[in-house]
Amino acid sequence: MMDKPETMPEEHELIAFRVGRQEFCINVMMVREIRGWTEATTLPKAPRYVKGVINLRGSVLPIIDLAVRLGMPGKAPTERNVIIVVQVLQRQVGILVDAVSDILMADKSAIQPLPDVTSDHAKRFLKGLLAMDGRMVSLIELDGILPEEDLEAA
Amino acid sequence: MEDPLAAIKVTFFQECEEQLAELESGLLAMESNVADSETVNAVFRAVHSMKGGAGIFAMDALVRFAHIFETSLDKVRSGVLSATPPVVAVFLRAADLLADLVRAAREDSAVDEARIAALGVEFERIDHLDGAPEAAHVVPASECSAGDGGGQSGGVSTWNIVFTPDQALYAKANETALLLRELHRLGEVEVELDESGLPELQDMDPEGAYLTWRVTLRGECGEEDIRDVFEFVQEDCHLEISKAEPYGFDPGTVITGDNGFKFEFFAPIVEEPEEEDRKAEVKSEANVQAAVERPDPAAPAAAGAPPPQSKTVQAIAAKTEAASSVGATIRVDLDRVDRMIDLVGELVINEAMLSQRVLEAGIARSSGVAMALEELENLTREIQDSVMAIRAQPVRSVFQRMPRLVREVAAMTGKQVRLVTEGEATEVDKTVIERIADPLTHMIRNAIDHGLESTDRRIAEGKPAEGTVRLTALHRSGRIVLEVSDDGGGINRPRVRQKAIERGLISPDAQLTDEEVDNLIFLPGFSTAEQLSDISGRGVGMDVVRQSIQALGGRISISSRPGKGSTFSLSLPLTLAVLDGMVVSVQGHTLIIPLGVIVETLKPRREDVFPLDGDLNVLKLRGGYVPIVDVALCLGYGAQHSDPAQSVALLVEGEGGARAVLLVDAIHGQKQVVIKSLEANYRAVRGIAAATVMGDGRVALILDVDAMVQNTATDARRDLAESRQLEASAGER
Repeated sequence: MMDKPETMPEEHELIAFRVGRQEFCINVMMVREIRGWTEATTLPKAPRYVKGVINLRGSVLPIIDLAVRLGMPGKAPTERNVIIVVQVLQRQVGILVDAVSDILMADKSAIQPLPDVTSDHAKRFLKGLLAMDGRMVSLIELDGILPEEDLEAA
Repeated sequence: MEDPLAAIKVTFFQECEEQLAELESGLLAMESNVADSETVNAVFRAVHSMKGGAGIFAMDALVRFAHIFETSLDKVRSGVLSATPPVVAVFLRAADLLADLVRAAREDSAVDEARIAALGVEFERIDHLDGAPEAAHVVPASECSAGDGGGQSGGVSTWNIVFTPDQALYAKANETALLLRELHRLGEVEVELDESGLPELQDMDPEGAYLTWRVTLRGECGEEDIRDVFEFVQEDCHLEISKAEPYGFDPGTVITGDNGFKFEFFAPIVEEPEEEDRKAEVKSEANVQAAVERPDPAAPAAAGAPPPQSKTVQAIAAKTEAASSVGATIRVDLDRVDRMIDLVGELVINEAMLSQRVLEAGIARSSGVAMALEELENLTREIQDSVMAIRAQPVRSVFQRMPRLVREVAAMTGKQVRLVTEGEATEVDKTVIERIADPLTHMIRNAIDHGLESTDRRIAEGKPAEGTVRLTALHRSGRIVLEVSDDGGGINRPRVRQKAIERGLISPDAQLTDEEVDNLIFLPGFSTAEQLSDISGRGVGMDVVRQSIQALGGRISISSRPGKGSTFSLSLPLTLAVLDGMVVSVQGHTLIIPLGVIVETLKPRREDVFPLDGDLNVLKLRGGYVPIVDVALCLGYGAQHSDPAQSVALLVEGEGGARAVLLVDAIHGQKQVVIKSLEANYRAVRGIAAATVMGDGRVALILDVDAMVQNTATDARRDLAESRQLEASAGER
């Protein structure tokens, strides 16, 4: 309901996290819980950014390696990695990130558009930029984070 | 504006379904002469409450017809009309019509007035039949129970009954008028109200009990029958029953019941202030004590001896069983139950994880922690079983639809058919029940249409004209087995063979065993009927039945004897929420293979593996060749063929009987697993049916064997190419 920037109230809470050298944020309303990394069960023939599935209190939760999904080189997760469980449309998905860094309060007007040079790949998930105390935090949208059904048919 | 009655209407229709089922089973009991008066009452109640409900919603046609039906049933109930086979036949047809009218009302569709009128005429006809009660096919409860010694003397006797309800009787919402009306069923009744105990109005407690009824009953009944009427209120009233002379037993006569219960008759004590009821009980206790070796009454009840009131308890139990419709139930949203099942599944996993941690911590098995944990484990299993039991339902609801089907199909084919059902109380998960109705319907249609011979032919072959179709359900080794059998001609093997050849399903020179020929009927596109009939030839054959059964994790098999009939057996899991699986490992990944598809496990020898068509290998198995599915390769877990000699092979049979050998690294045993959907949060994955959570809390994937087996020829090469590519690209990074 509140997971799209358009429908956000003027002032909203964002959760910021680090992936590689970059910092990203999502609306806190999407986040169901944050938990430590546990070894996932590999899914056959899944895209490389799908780390596999874990057991989240009885339901099967897919884990997306956000670094790989965003086109960065991935690395083997360690116990220090964090899984952010988010609600994306009707599904729950675990997002593998390096660490949760901050909780931000941001005004809608503070979100700047992406510069034109950004690659199409990045544009698919990035919705804007936030300048925070000298840091740059990218606002990310997770709607298309799971592999699409038609990929499976290929 | 939305109809404010809509929600109530939904409930009404739900209840109608139940009432119709009750009605049907009651009528069937009457048909087969096993009905007692309680059944007739239940049948009457069912129609009556449907009429009442329909009245609220102004469903005129339904009300009108239910009224006609009810009137006739009431005549049976009161003994004016006897439930002879023609009468019950009309009732059964009326029940079918009533079901149609309910459906018409629900769907707001047109009502077949002509059918209503036709049955109205039928009702008129049976009403004018001579309803001599002595020819009654419905055995009143009184006669059933009279035999076991309530003072039955065979002839008509006269009883004096003095009935004084206590306040508690009214407080428990009993209705004296109903009890007195019950007495009416036992014979001629004269009721006299004794209101002498009634105080002045100003002294009267509005909730008090002041009235006494004196009843003179003349009928073929015993004291036991009368007591039965008051059975549920006997604690809350003063009841005196005495036999009017000269029919009574001589004082001192002792009658022994089935279960060692004795009745000794005393001279009638009419005005005795003490409760006759209690007296009889005390007396009987004494007798039991004398006759049976009864342990110290102080000993725990579990000692196994019949407690003094066992008779009553048993009677109540019997009564409760008879009137199962009155059992206390609640309607619960299925989602809530499923949520609970999920949570309990989670509890089981957590418990297993805890046990593992305790084990890892090196805590001794004899320690308090380990013992408490064991308790917890037992409790958890019990909770799981009980929760699963909530979803379990008797197959009765499906079985009850079948008599009507049989009547219809029998009428259409002009065959005489008797349906025998057994094991209606066998319980299975609700989803399984919902999904076996169609296959069963189809199989029963088939059994009548194709299985049974025509009446003439049966007679010519010296069989009874009436064919029998038997539908049974039973539990066998953790599964439910449903059987549909007929006493028809059995499978005509030469014809089946010929048809299969005509349709190109087998080659003309194929050597098939009888069993293999029988199984040909499960092949897609097979139909043996001379012409496609209305009844079973609806474009679907036994292959569809087989498919829907396999989709449920079940198996279907057939056995047939020429001239004697055929039996189709379905074996289904009791629930779709759990699965019996074989735990295997492939390249360090744990996988579950459904136990149902595994035919055997074997250790392949390298010299028995032959390459065929590039990357596809086959295994020589008892003279035949079976394609090998390398699971690691198939799922992309490995890039190279596994060494067969280092692997374990599982011979599996997929849908349609296709066989393959699955190569895995090791087998770790069997386990019952809770099925979790992958699609809920992810999507379907080729080769994987579902997931489950193992004892260590990790997710394990359940293999989709059908996909694997179909995978063999076409995809083996591509899989290999794909995984090499994947491996290569991974290497690059």
